[in-house]
Amino acid sequence: MTAPVETRLDVELDDDDVHELSAEQRRDPSAPGLWIYLLAGTVFGIVLTKGEAISWFRIQEMFRFQGFHMFGIFATALPTAIIGVQLLKRRWRRTLAGEAIVVPPKHLGSGVRYALGGTIFGLGWALTGACPGPLFALLGSGVTTMAVAIASAMLGTWTYGRVRHHLPH
Amino acid sequence: MPDILLRPWPWYVAGPLIGLFAPLLLWLGNRMFGVSSNLRHLCSAIAPRGIPYLSYDWRREGGWNLAFVAGIVAGGVLAGLVFRNPAPVAVAESTRAGLAALGIHDLGGLVPRELFTWSSLATVRGWIVIVGGGFLVGFGTAYAGGCTSGHGISGVANLEIPSFIALAGFVAGGLLGTFVLLPLVLGLR
Repeated sequence: MTAPVETRLDVELDDDDVHELSAEQRRDPSAPGLWIYLLAGTVFGIVLTKGEAISWFRIQEMFRFQGFHMFGIFATALPTAIIGVQLLKRRWRRTLAGEAIVVPPKHLGSGVRYALGGTIFGLGWALTGACPGPLFALLGSGVTTMAVAIASAMLGTWTYGRVRHHLPH
Repeated sequence: MPDILLRPWPWYVAGPLIGLFAPLLLWLGNRMFGVSSNLRHLCSAIAPRGIPYLSYDWRREGGWNLAFVAGIVAGGVLAGLVFRNPAPVAVAESTRAGLAALGIHDLGGLVPRELFTWSSLATVRGWIVIVGGGFLVGFGTAYAGGCTSGHGISGVANLEIPSFIALAGFVAGGLLGTFVLLPLVLGLR
């Protein structure tokens, strides 16, 4: 921890950052163990890979508007996710362990971080052909140089943490 | 090996399954589906260096998500190695032609072999694509507070304005990368 002012800024920023870092979400020990997330991740990795969403060529095809495959994936994934999340929030309202469903809202602020950060990520997505999930799936599928891309992505995240108080949010 | 296990899945199978992960993780334990926070958790675990953004209890906040990402690697092993599709990805003819014009001819595998080998890392273009591209992914997702899963699926599913802005950014950056940056980089030796 450095100067108090800087710390407070970072605490404020943390509020509208990654969702699982919010304080209201401390869970009780009856919540499912890590193995269930390992299993869910495995299924997700299989879907990403078999669905070719981790293919560099499919991402190029998408950004060049030359094929429907990736658009079809997003066009069916989004309604499924929207309906599922909205039903869970409004109708069912409980998690498996019986907790209330809590989705802390993201803070809009000036919106600059979303536009600018999103654009920077988009550039990297076009080059590597992979967003964070596919980086890890590709590593598993034997593209070993993705370990370097992941290490570099970690360095990117670390660098953001280092310079974030100089950036507009 | 039965062909059905090797064949790629059509979009109408993969898409809805991907979409299910947002409500599934919310239901399992109030977790917001998003992969890029794992880059932050890994940095926090390895080198927090007194940086406030990286100084938190990563086991507690990110343990579940790191388990999820370990699963993604395992899923990649199963679907991409053990049950690997031997045929090249069936992208559009126009995409093949466009990539050939950029010097990418080998469409076997999931990524262009010309670019993602270890020897390619020693070339300027390979280094920019792998190291530069990776850095932009890590920096951009941290700045935006999410990636294709966190904003593109979860945030949009929760109807968040910030996530729609981020999504517009992803598209803008992707187009800029595809039509300006990538042709420039692939022209380098």
